[in-house]
Amino acid sequence: MAEIDESLVRHVATLARLKPDDAEVASMTRELTRIVGYIDCLNELDTDSVEPMAHPLALRNVFRADEVRASISAEEAVGNAPERERTFFKVPKVLDTGGGA
Amino acid sequence: MSTDAEIQTRLIVGFEIHVQLATKTKLFCGCALGFGETPNSALCPVCMGLPGALPVLNRQAYDYSVLTGLALDCEIAEFTKWDRKSYYYPDLPKNYQTSQYDLPLASNGHFEIETKSGTRRIGILRAHLEEDAGKNLHDVPGCSLIDLNRAGTPLLEIVTQPEIHDPEEAYTFCTELQKLVTYLGVTHGIMQKGQMRFEPNINVAITTGGTEYRTPISEVKNLNSFRSVRSAIEYEFHRQVHDWKSDNGYLIKERPNENRGWDDDKGVTVFQRSKEGADDYRYFPDPDLVPVTVTQDWVNEVRLSLPELPAARIKRLTTDLKLTTEDAAAIVANRATADLFEAAIEAGGPATTLMKQYLNVWAKLANDQDASIAGLGVGHEAMASLAAMTEKGVVNATAANKIAEALIGSDKSPETLAEEMGLIAVLDEDQTEKWIDEAFAENADAVKDAVSSPKKAKKAAGFLRGQVMRISGGKANPKITGDLIEARLAELASEG
Ligand SMILES: [Zn+2]
Repeated sequence: MAEIDESLVRHVATLARLKPDDAEVASMTRELTRIVGYIDCLNELDTDSVEPMAHPLALRNVFRADEVRASISAEEAVGNAPERERTFFKVPKVLDTGGGA
Repeated sequence: MSTDAEIQTRLIVGFEIHVQLATKTKLFCGCALGFGETPNSALCPVCMGLPGALPVLNRQAYDYSVLTGLALDCEIAEFTKWDRKSYYYPDLPKNYQTSQYDLPLASNGHFEIETKSGTRRIGILRAHLEEDAGKNLHDVPGCSLIDLNRAGTPLLEIVTQPEIHDPEEAYTFCTELQKLVTYLGVTHGIMQKGQMRFEPNINVAITTGGTEYRTPISEVKNLNSFRSVRSAIEYEFHRQVHDWKSDNGYLIKERPNENRGWDDDKGVTVFQRSKEGADDYRYFPDPDLVPVTVTQDWVNEVRLSLPELPAARIKRLTTDLKLTTEDAAAIVANRATADLFEAAIEAGGPATTLMKQYLNVWAKLANDQDASIAGLGVGHEAMASLAAMTEKGVVNATAANKIAEALIGSDKSPETLAEEMGLIAVLDEDQTEKWIDEAFAENADAVKDAVSSPKKAKKAAGFLRGQVMRISGGKANPKITGDLIEARLAELASEG
């Protein structure tokens, strides 16, 4: 079980684009340690022969045919955007270093 | 790949290739692909990542992926699931990309290419399905404009083993792979539209004094032309060797791997970001999508739609029809066109003449219309008849050109068109003799040359034959005309 310390909390916060202050980091570290520690009791079970569960439902193979369904209009799509330009979403400038596909 | 006085170097390249699948709709929703011009006009709650939307997998995208896996001799996984790859970027509306992380749908395959040094077998590590992101436009100062029409497009990511050791080999691999997937019909494969994107992972093994060193791996992102693949790899090879020479600590694990971009104008790769530590995408199974189990029956069903692959087809055509490898390759390059050719052979078209007309007449017409030969809409029976008519001399080659052109967009047979257009060759000798009489009368000098000037005889006879063709309005049969002219000239010569 990985130990939850402040550096891990800060790392996770960065990944989630959150900016907690020092006090928040301290309290989150305490709370997350308790939560993860509670779940940790599952480790008492021997799960060596248990397949990892990929999905809680026993359903498999839910498909749709490759058929076009109506989309919403571009006006509707950008209607709730805080900022737009024509039918583009307009956002603060981003540098092209994203994860990408 | 090169030997200095004191060092030996070996280039090492593996590829990640994104193939945009040719489905009508997105991977998890029914929004149409092909993207109308209007930004954000092909969106729905699923591909916009709105709360409560429920994605459902496109069966066709999965079938195309299995088909590609089979063509690459991969093992097809009996069980796969969907994972969320989390990162934040404005073109990724859900803040995660749906992908297959630890259970790709295909793995352990290979792809063979012909190179100067013989057949090379490149290992395929895995192939998995994932969705594409949207597009960012940076043409407004200070902000980015986002178009999500592309978001959710099915991509098949193919990952090779790092088994390519030469830029030319990389070029061949990429072009042949593009041919394969377009042949399978799983993608339109248009490079200029970004429907195939190549990302080489490149480093160099340097041996000196009995020790091997390896440079850090650079990944060149999103190359969408074959030429740029080759150039970027060549450039990276020289750059990495140079960087190692000026800093012997430039080694994998001692320096970070990096992402680089390709600047086509300057012909250089440009540093984008270093990959300090592993990227932390926090993959976890997507609770909105259920797993896929693939039965042997399913795989067999897909296997039925696996066409004969280009390499095998070229081989068969050269053996069965005695075509040259070059001619066979030209026909096989486009699957529908090759199918049409073989259907025309089946319908009784004589192979050699059909081949000539395919590569000269039909290919030229197709080129004029910016279409494939199959795209001309002329049926295999019409092509077969025209070739047979030409071979039998019912129409001559020039007439065949005219008939071929007239067949486009017409539902008439080549026979009917030939008659209507007055292009049926005259095989009747009496009629041909009359045309020859006329030609000889009009061109007494040429006749004189043909009979009595050994130097000019051949040319003069050819000229006379051309005159007969002209006088007949193209209806004279060249062979019959030639024979008759030759006989007539011999007669004149013996008369002295
Ligand atoms: Zn959608």
